[in-house]
Amino acid sequence: MNRHIAGYVVLAVAAALLPFLGVYPIFAMKVMCYALFACAFNLLLGFTGLLSFGHAAFLGSAAYATGYALKAWGVTPEVGLIFGVAVAALLGLVVGGLAIRRSGIYFAMITLAMAQMVYFFFLQARFTGGEDGLQQVPRGRLFGVIDLSSDLTLYYLVLALFLIGFAIIWRTVNSPFGQVLKALRENEPRAISLGYDVDRFKLLAFVLSAAIAGLAGSAKTLVFVSATLSDATWQMSGLVILMTLIGGMGTFLGPVLGAFIVVLLENKVGDFGQALTSMTGIDWFRQLGESVTIVIGLIFVICVMAFRRGIVGEFQALLRRRKAT
Amino acid sequence: MNVFGIPMQALFGQLLLGLVNGSFYAMLSLGLAVIFGLLNVINFAHGALYMMGAFVAWMGLAYLGLNYWVMLILAPLVVGLFGIVIERLLLRHLYRLDHLYGLLLTFGLTLLIEGLFRSFYGVSGQPFQTPDLLRGATNLGFMILPIYRAWVVVASLIVCFGTWFVIERTPLGALLRAATENPRLVEAFGVNVPRMIMLTYGFGVALAAFAGVLAAPVLQVSPLMGSNLIIVVFAVVVIGGMGSIMGAILTGLGLGVIEGLTKVFWPEASNTVVFVIMAIVLLLRPAGLFGKEK
Repeated sequence: MNRHIAGYVVLAVAAALLPFLGVYPIFAMKVMCYALFACAFNLLLGFTGLLSFGHAAFLGSAAYATGYALKAWGVTPEVGLIFGVAVAALLGLVVGGLAIRRSGIYFAMITLAMAQMVYFFFLQARFTGGEDGLQQVPRGRLFGVIDLSSDLTLYYLVLALFLIGFAIIWRTVNSPFGQVLKALRENEPRAISLGYDVDRFKLLAFVLSAAIAGLAGSAKTLVFVSATLSDATWQMSGLVILMTLIGGMGTFLGPVLGAFIVVLLENKVGDFGQALTSMTGIDWFRQLGESVTIVIGLIFVICVMAFRRGIVGEFQALLRRRKAT
Repeated sequence: MNVFGIPMQALFGQLLLGLVNGSFYAMLSLGLAVIFGLLNVINFAHGALYMMGAFVAWMGLAYLGLNYWVMLILAPLVVGLFGIVIERLLLRHLYRLDHLYGLLLTFGLTLLIEGLFRSFYGVSGQPFQTPDLLRGATNLGFMILPIYRAWVVVASLIVCFGTWFVIERTPLGALLRAATENPRLVEAFGVNVPRMIMLTYGFGVALAAFAGVLAAPVLQVSPLMGSNLIIVVFAVVVIGGMGSIMGAILTGLGLGVIEGLTKVFWPEASNTVVFVIMAIVLLLRPAGLFGKEK
């Protein structure tokens, strides 16, 4: 256990040094926002066994809430962040409260449908700016003192938020509460027969996951100084599933790695298409950049068919086999 | 003539449009229910395959010069075959795993299929000519009835009730229902259950494609026409519960009509009314209107 924590500290220090190694801060912050989002999602899928197909609703609603609070009310960033998280948690309470009334595949369909409803709400509501979204959200001064307009300063705020979120998830999973969640994942009827109020545990996990997903969304608004409709689409809900699946569901670092891969893919697939065009001479590859969905869909299929443990999961399995022999 | 301050024309027009949408919901949720019954897979790709049905029909008309009636039969066959290939190559290997992998696989396929069509045809819709025979409208006195829309409702009702009849009233359907209840026992009686599963998936998919061809002249043929529909259909499935064939048909039609009426009285809510109803049903009757509590 202590070795694990030491490992995470080393990783955190390395992340703090990234901007000095020439990593573009916006890119690193984007990865961290998505990584936190995926970790929050993984708390449900990986550690509780609930597949939420509507997590974009929490990312999107927190992004809009924070953006609106900063822009219209002129509050300081920390208030905006708290407001965003609170909105996402409240929404999580409503959606989760409905969704846990059914289990398995129905749970996924209900969360998807509720998220779509939230999407339509944001599309039609006046304060969100419709298709354009909220633009030019001021980053403001943290606690009224620290100016966040510099990307480097913001980088450390986002890193801190990511670490807080990650630590909460780590602590949750490695607590008696987390043990009950794992028991739910493995065998729900047995958990019921042991006298656990299963619905309460599920709902609590759902709200926690929604709140942390909200934290990711709020941070994202600060990074991109905008909140847009794409954060709340079902495609985004699918993307977070893919991040978790590629990295390895039920592992701590898997979703982080998965988020990195997906963000990299979104940024670089156009270049890759160009290279394929010049190599093969087939012009069609050139427009791969605009249709990232093809690549994402393909990776999805490959992951589900052949690679269900994800990268970190496979790595852990390899280590275990080593130890056994 | 006005009803609740709404012109009768507009009211019946939206009612009919609601019925048209309801028939699509009915056909798609019926296919989802049949597939789920036997495969235990929620076919996310159902919307994409519905879109493929419309596109295959459009291609037949545009590239091969075939007519609507030929494509109405041919497109479901082509897409059904495509579904069978998917089942054989991919889905078959996931039956032993958690149900959610089937959902994730078909979700990935949806992105793949939609992305491919988008990369060739863009996001704007392709116009689709209404066949000559069904063009125009008749005046019923209280409303103008566009013939094609009436045809969509009639055709889908025939297909839906035909499916219901085959499943609930014929020996073949009895076998299918038995395999849904207990596949191993049916296999022990010498029935080739894997082939049955394969054909069932093909049939469910063909049903979606048939709906797609019917939809082509009403809506524009666009790569994105399926993905927005499938989420509403999921809500329909949750509301109806997947236990009964008739339940799926009635829920689909009913929700289409409710959506149409909402468009008349409160247009802003028409996108979300089905989801609101889903939430209410979950609160009052979690198993769905026709579902059985497990």
